[in-house]
Amino acid sequence: MSDLHNQTEIPDSSERRDFLKLGALAATVLAPGVMLYGIANSRPPEQGASSKLRWGMLIDTTKCGNGCNTCVTACNTENGLNGKTGPQDSQWIRKVNIKNLSNGFEHDLPMMCQHCENPPCVDVCPTGASMKRADGIVLVDRHICIGCRYCMMACPYKARSFVHEPITDQNPEVPRGKGCVESCTFCVQRVDRDETPACVEACNANGQNAMIFGDLNNPESEISKALSGQASVEVRADLRLNTGVRYQGI
Amino acid sequence: MNGMASLGKWLKLALLAGAAALTAVAPHQATAGSAKPMLERGKGEQCVEDTQFMRRNHMDLLKHHRNETMRQGIRTTKHSLKGCVDCHASTKTGSVAASKDDFCAACHSYAAVKLDCWDCHATKPKKRPATLAGMPPAASETGTSPMAPALAGGKTQ
Repeated sequence: MSDLHNQTEIPDSSERRDFLKLGALAATVLAPGVMLYGIANSRPPEQGASSKLRWGMLIDTTKCGNGCNTCVTACNTENGLNGKTGPQDSQWIRKVNIKNLSNGFEHDLPMMCQHCENPPCVDVCPTGASMKRADGIVLVDRHICIGCRYCMMACPYKARSFVHEPITDQNPEVPRGKGCVESCTFCVQRVDRDETPACVEACNANGQNAMIFGDLNNPESEISKALSGQASVEVRADLRLNTGVRYQGI
Repeated sequence: MNGMASLGKWLKLALLAGAAALTAVAPHQATAGSAKPMLERGKGEQCVEDTQFMRRNHMDLLKHHRNETMRQGIRTTKHSLKGCVDCHASTKTGSVAASKDDFCAACHSYAAVKLDCWDCHATKPKKRPATLAGMPPAASETGTSPMAPALAGGKTQ
């Protein structure tokens, strides 16, 4: 537990524990819209991602506004996507409208890479470019991606995009280029410095509070508490992929 | 015996003459052809490693670092490509590879070694996206957090 949490120097271990409890309490209280640093998990930069963690996201679709595009815009800005939605444009997160045909009830949900525990994209990748990091984030290593797009075929969530045209003026933290497949990274560059993904931050800042991001393995995390307290579903749970992204209200 | 000794002497002489000829010619050959690239000095006092070491080994450092960062999430800054760009971006173009005289492009065009880095990576240092500007800066950017010393002394080895 101690190595999962903040490295702030507090000599006595019991004090440290109290401090952590206080931190968790503060995080819970401040959560709606105010909390920007949600996860007490900072690790030194020379230490890699830990398999003790598993990053996940819980999306409450009942709070997700119909027609609200805040998460998509935030994702585009953070990751340098152009925001177009044509067949050859990259979409890391997209809003999907679902409708109950019997009574006409409609609502929206954001759909993106579900960061599966058993990702089909990783299974099929012929070069090993499609990979799952120790902390459960599924990524594409563009250095060895050959652009074959098997992973796009394998993904049940249609979460991956292929870059068809040369790209310039990338965000230095998010390298992107022609000829590679890409998808949601849970904003890994932000997660590694203890921030939440851009979509979650924007959703909270917008007052929707529909998205919770956190460590699924830590029973004290906000997401674990929410998951243990309310019903949630995985999309296509029948595939037994054990997704990192869960939904409520669908 | 005498014949062998004299032959040995002749051989030695020939070798010496050959070596002298080579050393005399070497500088001339090196400067022949196109002019050596003129590199702009980077920011700061010195590079993260010795200049001669960097000339020969920067590609290995970068490749090692890229794999660690990409696959394991190790985000030390010492040997990161972003760090190279931050220091070596040209004052004229603001980039390391926009014009032929920029830091990376100058040597690589001289040595005729194709660079793929910039197909994906940004050639210019950049602040965080505008919409997130209202946020408190990240620990790695302020240098005031407890993580700062670790960042400054970060090593990839």
